[in-house]
Parts: sequence; structure tokens; C-alpha cells
Amino acid sequence: MAAHAHAAEHTHPNYVKIWAILVVLLCVSVAGPMFGHKIVTLITAFGVAGVKAYLVAKNFMHINIEKRFIPYLVITMLVFMLLFFAGAAPDVMKKEGTQWEKPSWKTSPAASAAGSHEGAHP
Amino acid sequence: MSARPIATTRTTAGLATGKLAVWWVIVSEIVIFGGLLGSYIMHRLAHDSFSAQAAHTNMWIGAFNTLVLLSSSLSAVLAHQAAEAGDGRKAARLIWATIAGAFTFLTVKGFEWTSEIHHGFTITSSTFWSFYYTAAGLHALHVLAGAIIMMFVASSAAKNLELHRVELIGIYWHFVDVVWIFLFPLLYIAK
Repeated sequence: MAAHAHAAEHTHPNYVKIWAILVVLLCVSVAGPMFGHKIVTLITAFGVAGVKAYLVAKNFMHINIEKRFIPYLVITMLVFMLLFFAGAAPDVMKKEGTQWEKPSWKTSPAASAAGSHEGAHP
Repeated sequence: MSARPIATTRTTAGLATGKLAVWWVIVSEIVIFGGLLGSYIMHRLAHDSFSAQAAHTNMWIGAFNTLVLLSSSLSAVLAHQAAEAGDGRKAARLIWATIAGAFTFLTVKGFEWTSEIHHGFTITSSTFWSFYYTAAGLHALHVLAGAIIMMFVASSAAKNLELHRVELIGIYWHFVDVVWIFLFPLLYIAK
């Protein structure tokens, strides 16, 4: 029952106001590419996505008033994701590595651009 | 002896078992979607052809569906607030509004995919389209699952029963929203 008491204690923020902020941020995401600058697009697309996700997690999922181990659990999974990325990205993104190569990527820029793995040697 | 379900009364980790289970599902889903999106990002960075293929997705459709999901998240959290106040009927109405958002999202997705397939962009067209249909399809399955579960939650909430479930399905629904918040720029904006 302690969990119920904990849940009932918190005060609800103005959810409509948070939704309005999220909609404004969505408009920023959509407007970003119209400036034609890659950096601006990256910031308005992915930077804003991060802010939107934070607002939803904090205000709608109430992760900030949840037991401490819940955000730690979420952060742990995000770290696992980064570890996976760091481990797998070189194999996906590079033409060659220790004792392996992608001959078609080295000989054909088109195959490299398309991501074709034909003829890859272990 | 109490007849209340253990999901609301038993706690082994400081929060109700039902809520712990929902968070466990969510952190598992982070790895599933995270792995998929991480793989997409590394391919996107490595292959220039992804940019040309991504140019065929319709940003306005993606933006509309983002608005639909953000709005459905609002109704889901307002349902949670109503459930906490003990107003099951209001919570049920708001959950039905969330379900309407889910089906709007799926309908728009259906029209979008039909158009893309008619233009020759299928799951086997290229690596980009394989990722596109897999990521968006997996997400759409989560939307459908959430909508079906919400129907059960709404029917019991309307009778003022099992109101704790309103918060639990809400947490799941917001997670589905967060996944789309990242899918939208990846598939529709970064071209």
C-alpha cells in the first residue's frame, strides 16, 4: 500500500500546457529542414526529439517521482544500447578491419553507397 | 482474506507489482527498439544511398501522426489523473479518446504504406525500406496491442473497477509515444 500512498502524494502538472509545448517542439522539428542547413536540421530533429522524450518521460510517465531504481534501470538499458552501437558500428561502417574486408566496397563506390555486402571476405 | 489482485497490493521492490512489471516490459523494449534504431543509424551514416531513399517518405504524414500520438498521450495522462481522483467513468472516456488516437494513427499508416507500396517501395526494395517497414511495423504492432489492452482497461474503469490499470497502460502508451518521437526524425526528417 506504500506504493499507492506514494502515487497519490504527487501533484499533477498542467498536462495541457506540456502537450502545447510538445506541439510547438514538433513544429520546430518540421521547420528545421526548411532552413537548408544540415547542422540546424540535426539539432531541430534529434535535439528536439531528445527534449520531447524527456518531457514525456518526466511529466506523463512520472519517471522523476518513481522509485530511484526505475530511472537507473532505464539508463542501464540506454548504456547497453550505446555499447551495442560501439561494438557493431565498425563492422557495419568500415570497409575493412582485423582479418576481414569487404572487397566490393573497396572496388565499387556504388556498392559502398548502397551497403551491398556481396563478396565480403571473413 | 482480501480479494484484491496482488498487482495492486503486493510490493517487493517498493512499488506495486503491476507497475514493476510494466517498467520491466518497457526497459526490455528499450533494448529491442534501441538495437533496431542503432542498427539503422549506423547503416544510415555509412551509406549515402539511404538519403536518396529517405527522400521518398512524406514528412507531413509523419508529423500528423506525431501530433496524433502526442495528443493521445495527453488523453492517457488525463485518464490517469481522473482514475487517481476515483472518477472511473471520466477515465474510461479519456481512454476511449486514446484508443481513437491509436486507430487514427494506424489508419494514416495504412494509407501511407499503401501509397508507398504502389510506388514500388516494398520491404525488399532496399536496405532503407527494409528498416523503414520493420521499425515502423514493429511500432505499429505496439500501437495495436496498446489499443486492444486499453479496450479492456476502459471497460473495467467505466465500472470504477481496477483503476490502477489506467496508470499502467498509460505508462506503456507514453513509451510507444517516445519511440515514435525518435522514429519520426530518423525516417521522415533526416534526408
